[in-house]
Amino acid sequence: MADTHTTEQHASGHPTWRTYVVVGFILCVITAVEVAIFYIEALATLLVPLLLVLSAAKFVIVVLFYMHLRFDSKVFGRVFYAPLFLAVLVVIGMIILFKVLPGMELS
Amino acid sequence: MADVAMSHSAGGHVPVHAPTTTGLNTFKLGFWVFLGSKCLFFGSLIATYMTYKNESVVGPYSADILNIPLTSISTFVLLMSSLSMVLALDAVQRGRRTYAIASLLGVILLGAAFLAFQAFEFTHFYHEGLKLQTNLFGSSFFVLTGFHGAHVTIGVVWLIVLLVELLRGRMPPARSLTLEIAGLYWHFVDIVWIIIFTLIYLIQ
Repeated sequence: MADTHTTEQHASGHPTWRTYVVVGFILCVITAVEVAIFYIEALATLLVPLLLVLSAAKFVIVVLFYMHLRFDSKVFGRVFYAPLFLAVLVVIGMIILFKVLPGMELS
Repeated sequence: MADVAMSHSAGGHVPVHAPTTTGLNTFKLGFWVFLGSKCLFFGSLIATYMTYKNESVVGPYSADILNIPLTSISTFVLLMSSLSMVLALDAVQRGRRTYAIASLLGVILLGAAFLAFQAFEFTHFYHEGLKLQTNLFGSSFFVLTGFHGAHVTIGVVWLIVLLVELLRGRMPPARSLTLEIAGLYWHFVDIVWIIIFTLIYLIQ
């Protein structure tokens, strides 16, 4: 029965193995680009923003496709994104408190 | 999950949970809440690392010791383990036992390979003179990556238990939620590493 299944999503609402393989390929390409950017000296000034964007893209792709938040109930997403947002705020807050503000006092 | 039944709709088997007030599976909802709490846990460790970044007064420093090519390979290994994990879940949901066993075995082997990379890295750092108490980089690095490695280890053990269940024929499509939950945990460990790889290894 399973072998006759050809639609894009099966009964659980999740994508098919083809989609998973394509997503895996995209993740590998992004990782390769990240490592390449690290070694290209001409991109040194753009290194941090580029890496943050690419890393965020990988994060979102895994969460949406492999963890199925794109296909499952939005409630699952809400209980995950809310503490994730808080964690990001904690990281940004700590960087501002201990890295940015002390530098401003010295100048 | 004793009340789980199974529906045979076109194209696959879907576990159907007992009625709940939210209409959602409480096991799955609870696990997402757990993963949310893990975001705060790792967020705190990452914030600590970022605060202490480049604040060490004695070496070895991160730029001197981190091995980008090696860690890039281990990152690739962990990404491939995530792919193998979703393929295992897909195979279980379709009742393809052989594919499911092969894919799940792949996840376990790739997870073990990642841990081997980490063990090699930690050993190398130790011989280079970087220990937990050496400097701020050593303390924050070993605590963050060590906790991540511990989570990977727990995931590997969990998946070995599920592989045994699969080999014994105790994981029909109706019980695929068990593997889906383990998969959520595994992918979470993967996304934490995506952040660690960027913030610690690539942005120095």
